[in-house]
Amino acid sequence: MQGFGDAFGAAFALIARFDTDLVEIVGLSLRVTLSATLFACLIGFPLGALLAVGRFPLRGALTVLVNALMGLPPVVVGLVVYLMLSRAGPLGTLGLLYTPTAMIVAQTILVTPIIAALTRQIVADLDAEYHETLRSMGAGAGMRMRTLLWDGRFALTTAALAGMGRALAEVGAVMIVGGNIDHVTRVMTTAIALETSRGELALALGLGIVLMILSLALNSLAMGARVGAARMAHA
Amino acid sequence: MLRLVATGPGPDAAIRLEGVSLRRGGRMVLDGLHLAIPATGITAIMGPNGAGKSLSLRVMAGLIEPDSGSVLPSEAVRGRQEIALVFQKPVLLRRSVRANLRHALAVYGVPRRKRRERLGELLDFGRLAAIADAPARALSGGEQQRVAMVRALAACPKLLLLDEPTASLDPQATAAIETLILNTAASGTAVVIVTHDQGQAGRLADHIRFVHKGALTEAAPAAQFLLAQKSPEAQAYLAGKLLL
Amino acid sequence: MRRFCLPFVAALAIAIPAGAQGDFIVVQSTTSTQNSGLYDAIVPAFTAGAGIEVRVVAVGTGQAIRNARNCDGDVLLVHAKAAEEQFVAEGYGISRADLMYNDFVLVGPAEDPAQVGATDDIDAALAAIAGSKAAFASRGDDSGTHKKERALWAHAGVAPEGDSGTWYRETGSGMGATLNIAIGMGAYTLTDRATWIAFGNKGGHRILSEGDEALFNQYGVIAISPEKCPTVRADLAQGFIDWLLSDAGQAAIADYRRDGQQLFFPNAGR
Repeated sequence: MQGFGDAFGAAFALIARFDTDLVEIVGLSLRVTLSATLFACLIGFPLGALLAVGRFPLRGALTVLVNALMGLPPVVVGLVVYLMLSRAGPLGTLGLLYTPTAMIVAQTILVTPIIAALTRQIVADLDAEYHETLRSMGAGAGMRMRTLLWDGRFALTTAALAGMGRALAEVGAVMIVGGNIDHVTRVMTTAIALETSRGELALALGLGIVLMILSLALNSLAMGARVGAARMAHA
Repeated sequence: MLRLVATGPGPDAAIRLEGVSLRRGGRMVLDGLHLAIPATGITAIMGPNGAGKSLSLRVMAGLIEPDSGSVLPSEAVRGRQEIALVFQKPVLLRRSVRANLRHALAVYGVPRRKRRERLGELLDFGRLAAIADAPARALSGGEQQRVAMVRALAACPKLLLLDEPTASLDPQATAAIETLILNTAASGTAVVIVTHDQGQAGRLADHIRFVHKGALTEAAPAAQFLLAQKSPEAQAYLAGKLLL
Repeated sequence: MRRFCLPFVAALAIAIPAGAQGDFIVVQSTTSTQNSGLYDAIVPAFTAGAGIEVRVVAVGTGQAIRNARNCDGDVLLVHAKAAEEQFVAEGYGISRADLMYNDFVLVGPAEDPAQVGATDDIDAALAAIAGSKAAFASRGDDSGTHKKERALWAHAGVAPEGDSGTWYRETGSGMGATLNIAIGMGAYTLTDRATWIAFGNKGGHRILSEGDEALFNQYGVIAISPEKCPTVRADLAQGFIDWLLSDAGQAAIADYRRDGQQLFFPNAGR
């Protein structure tokens, strides 16, 4: 059995020699995950705010749906996107299957419910405090949503990070729609899955350690920026 | 108990409540309230805790729909932005003072090109220029109250409603707020202030409205009221004896 | 909507990529050829010569054929002859060619609880496993290996599906994952030899039965038909297949070794 020592050794060796394949894989992971998180924020923030402050029919049902979609298995998202983007599917002519774009689409679908649901909660909590003030100022729904989103921005960082964590960690969706093609759609998680299936457990775990380091770095960066901005500007 | 009933829509009222009643939690918190706010000067609403003072402000501001009775704004204050309300504990946005005011100007629909100029006026008016870039929620209570007042003035309202604006402030901060209130009234905005402080009422108010148990019990010019109250409730209250 | 997006995401996010666009083909493939490292060894030579990038999607024979039916590939490279011929007969493939072969092996724990011994009689080996109810890990995923395994059970006169969940355990996973599981639970399993040789986590397992004619494992390659799939890159696909079947391609396959052992034996046109 290959042990943890081997895994750390493999991780260290990969980083130490700045393995070009690893750099490529990490780069694609970042590109896919951060793009998906960005798009999920662009959709999820307004959607969450709308669910929090909007008053329209089926709002409750929509909220339940968004919360339920948080538990969507990545492989299901992958399958749905595959069926859409497959040459035999409705969007097949776009030729997006097995490209990073397809992976971004799948992860955006996967992450948006998480960001929307967390945003709804954050905005609803803030609205409890701001509601009367904004109403007394005569702010319309759109302005209220914008105000609440901006003033909840530090808490929303956490929502974005939760979404990013899910995107960075999932393998099921990108495996199906990306195909784990070397130098084209191979990302950290699919590389780990491949090395596991090759029985190269130490290397797989080593890649896992690199992924952990990456996740730590991204989170530290975000938290650092958040704390700095919160302290500097708007306590 | 003596009850005053407003008699007809006087031409000098900014807003009038006629027989406004409101039930909350099985209790009549406003009980046929008749209240006329003069269109000029400063009106102080006095009365014990729970008399319905703050609620009457919210009703005037349109935040609460009364169960019965009428809210009759005059022609001058009928627009959505003509009445502004400042809460006892103002909620400022998690931004700088400047950004708070800029936000208010945006909400009130002030055209972009006019915002900068108007922002400068507001900062000057509230003497906030020195703290314009400070995070609003890190300011002292007095400073926050000043920001909230100036923010309420961003839309140039005809009627400014203040709910105990100096309730928890030290004398210096209180003086700053009172100066701001007097300047506001001098600029032609009618001001309503809910206060428990006789001294403050004396320093600021032109008119007094005394409310007890959700109804008006006395309305008089300030000088006259503070000298000699007609209603037994007001007398007892100012003597420190009135309990709800 | 600048104010909706957090600065850190905006700063780090990279614009939507269009994907590298050059001449490329997509190969829908069985996993053993990828897991054993065959593509890594032979494809660079083809790409260097032909200027065609080869993108391999390794998903197991059953899934590869389904993906190919959806026109999501240009070349199909799998190991289930009957299914391949049906694929061609239905018009999805232009034609099928033998590419190479190796063989399946039965691996199991060194202690060999079913007393399979080192036999070349796979029928006897499987019967011994079924008789002793020793754990057996099946792919259970309709892959080429799984199809072969079911055929072998049938030939041995055993119907293990009835015992699924007891000693017969269907992993529903790829070859590598199934090997990891078999090693983890001390179970027997059937694997192609290439995957086994290249597998890095053998634990105490070893080959217990090999050499039976029934264990022959033929790989085939098919160009997907532009008549069923108009988007297929037929010329590029045919270029790759022609190269694989050429002397150069066949030699490259024969030259690929792990631990000194040849993994695939080219047999195009034989």
